[in-house]
Amino acid sequence: MDYTLLFVQVLNGLQLGLLLFLVASGLTLVFGILDFVNLAHGSIYMIGAFICASLTFVLGNFLWAVLVALPLTGLVGYAVELLVARRLYDKDHLDHVLGTFGLLLVLDTLAHMIWGPAGITVPLPAWLDGQIELFEGANIPVFRLLIIGTGLAVAAGLFWLVNYTRLGMLIRAGASNRTMVSALGIDIQTLFALVFALGAMLAGLAGMLISPITGATIGMGGQIIITAFVVIIIGGIGSMKGAFIAAVLIGLIDTLGRSFLDSLFELVMSENAAETAAPAVSAMMIYILMAIILAVKPQGLFPPKVR
Amino acid sequence: MKKLLGAALAATMLTSLAQAAEVKIGFVTTLTTGAAVIGKDQEKAVNLAIEHMGGKMGDLDINLIFADDGFKPETGKQVTDKLVKQDNVDIVAGYIWSHVLLASRKSVLDAGKFLITANAGPGPVAGKLCHENFFSSSWQNDETPMAMGEVLNQKGVKSIYIIAPNYAAGKGMVAGVKRTFKGEIMGTDMTTWPTQLDFSAELAKAKASGAEGLFVFYPGKAGGAFMKQYQQAGLKDSLPLYTTFTVDALSLPKFQAADFTDVLGSQFTQQWDPTIDNAQNKRFVADFRAKHGSYPSFYAAQAYDSIFLIKSAVEAVGGDLTNMDGMRAAMKSASYPSVRGEYTYGNNHMPIQAYYLREVVKDSDGNWTTKIVQTVYDAHQDIYAKDCALK
Repeated sequence: MDYTLLFVQVLNGLQLGLLLFLVASGLTLVFGILDFVNLAHGSIYMIGAFICASLTFVLGNFLWAVLVALPLTGLVGYAVELLVARRLYDKDHLDHVLGTFGLLLVLDTLAHMIWGPAGITVPLPAWLDGQIELFEGANIPVFRLLIIGTGLAVAAGLFWLVNYTRLGMLIRAGASNRTMVSALGIDIQTLFALVFALGAMLAGLAGMLISPITGATIGMGGQIIITAFVVIIIGGIGSMKGAFIAAVLIGLIDTLGRSFLDSLFELVMSENAAETAAPAVSAMMIYILMAIILAVKPQGLFPPKVR
Repeated sequence: MKKLLGAALAATMLTSLAQAAEVKIGFVTTLTTGAAVIGKDQEKAVNLAIEHMGGKMGDLDINLIFADDGFKPETGKQVTDKLVKQDNVDIVAGYIWSHVLLASRKSVLDAGKFLITANAGPGPVAGKLCHENFFSSSWQNDETPMAMGEVLNQKGVKSIYIIAPNYAAGKGMVAGVKRTFKGEIMGTDMTTWPTQLDFSAELAKAKASGAEGLFVFYPGKAGGAFMKQYQQAGLKDSLPLYTTFTVDALSLPKFQAADFTDVLGSQFTQQWDPTIDNAQNKRFVADFRAKHGSYPSFYAAQAYDSIFLIKSAVEAVGGDLTNMDGMRAAMKSASYPSVRGEYTYGNNHMPIQAYYLREVVKDSDGNWTTKIVQTVYDAHQDIYAKDCALK
């Protein structure tokens, strides 16, 4: 076993997991607290990436672009809440799915019309574009470390926000009994809009962070949203802690599966068969995990207490 | 009322007369999703070809219908069925993706119509599934990477690591480079297609394998993502990159906008280049650039060729589209002016053509484009031709 490679792959998995957490945390907030299924969450992720990519060229620096793009993406989220989501809260889940799927198509096409089909390659400042050697043979791109750092910081910030602030208290209260909260004189509409905008900013941040790696492209949201749903189902819908643990778990399983499954398969089958079978099976692994967890704990690993 | 009916009847008859004097071509490509950038480039090239023909093939008007495969085999088959059954086109062309072509080919061929691929070239359609009414204006998937394998041998590369997407074309590319490369293959990773765009795990494995070179195939937006991550991983000196269909005229302007200079000097094999010296290519490249402000991609070049190939067939039979034998013979002779220069067709109707090594350079105006460094094959035929029953 090559331990240097294993270490590098664990870091890669952690980075993928934290990126997934950013998307899933917004999704679980909205799904868990507003009881609203938002398929268009992935489109916000894409729009965040595109806004940030355009701003990188205007402002000349990726980090400034992220800082400006974050509130803008929040505004997009707020607009989506105001125009679409708000009208759907009291309908059932099928209407949510239909409404937000339509929204997803509209936003994708809108992005296509504004930014064209080509997508944008996002340049990084030189100090972020290199690698650091953590120890002999373990080179990690600096930018991936930045994603890990940002992901952990956001996770800590959310934990503090939800558990130790007045806003967090209102969010938790609104989730368990929204009528009671509004009877106590809290403007529940505004609260929900805030939560929605916060979720949009988190998804947008994930899109911004991935764009220097994969580029900002049309349809990038549709790919991550499915995995993000798997994350919140495994973690327990509405649970921030569950989303964090499940996201890191899935990031690690996906990356380690891609890295080592073919070597494992080669022990029992021919090299050619292993090469073809391994990617197929590693792509399935997170769904297999979801199926097992649903069978054992239908509410997910960490279901919120008040439901 | 009677007059009105009469007028309507006359109008209908006139339209059906007009319809008889046209050649109807369906062109299946990708016009939505991130891969639409390829489809749009083909669309531009096809429209330019029609413009260069003055909208006519012989005496027939050209009626071209574009269809969007949505980057999915099932959608590709649906739109092909619609073109064949509802629009009743005479010829279906296009197809960027091998899996889409494999899903759609039967719909066209079973209806007794011509099918021209302008890009995809999976092994089966060149071998066991070859068909008298199927032609290619591109190549067979294995050939371009085979040329790259030869280049690797010439450069004295002793071992390579391979990363490619897990679908029909990815498998063909891997098979191709393995066939000609004489050194050692240190490992092969096939990634989920088209969803996987993060290659950190694969790049880490490639680096740890100790290979002397890295061979990849990532068409479309995945190519841009891969190049960026390869650079961020800092592998340029320790693990030189050799690609096919990964860097193209669609990604180069994006790289240039992001000042991603590492891509300058990168080399890949191909059957066409904008600098190929013949009248047809010069006109195509110059007019395409004048109209759209960018260099055409190889996807565009092949799409442009496919329309001229059809034109040669239509004109050879004097516009009598029922004379399929005549049209087939005309296409098989490859006597149209191709932007890649002259080539011939094998028994399986796949081109026997030259392959070049291209390098990314700046042109005289500072635009990033490519030039030909060397000729790898003068006239290469795919290895599946022997499995094809056609003579």
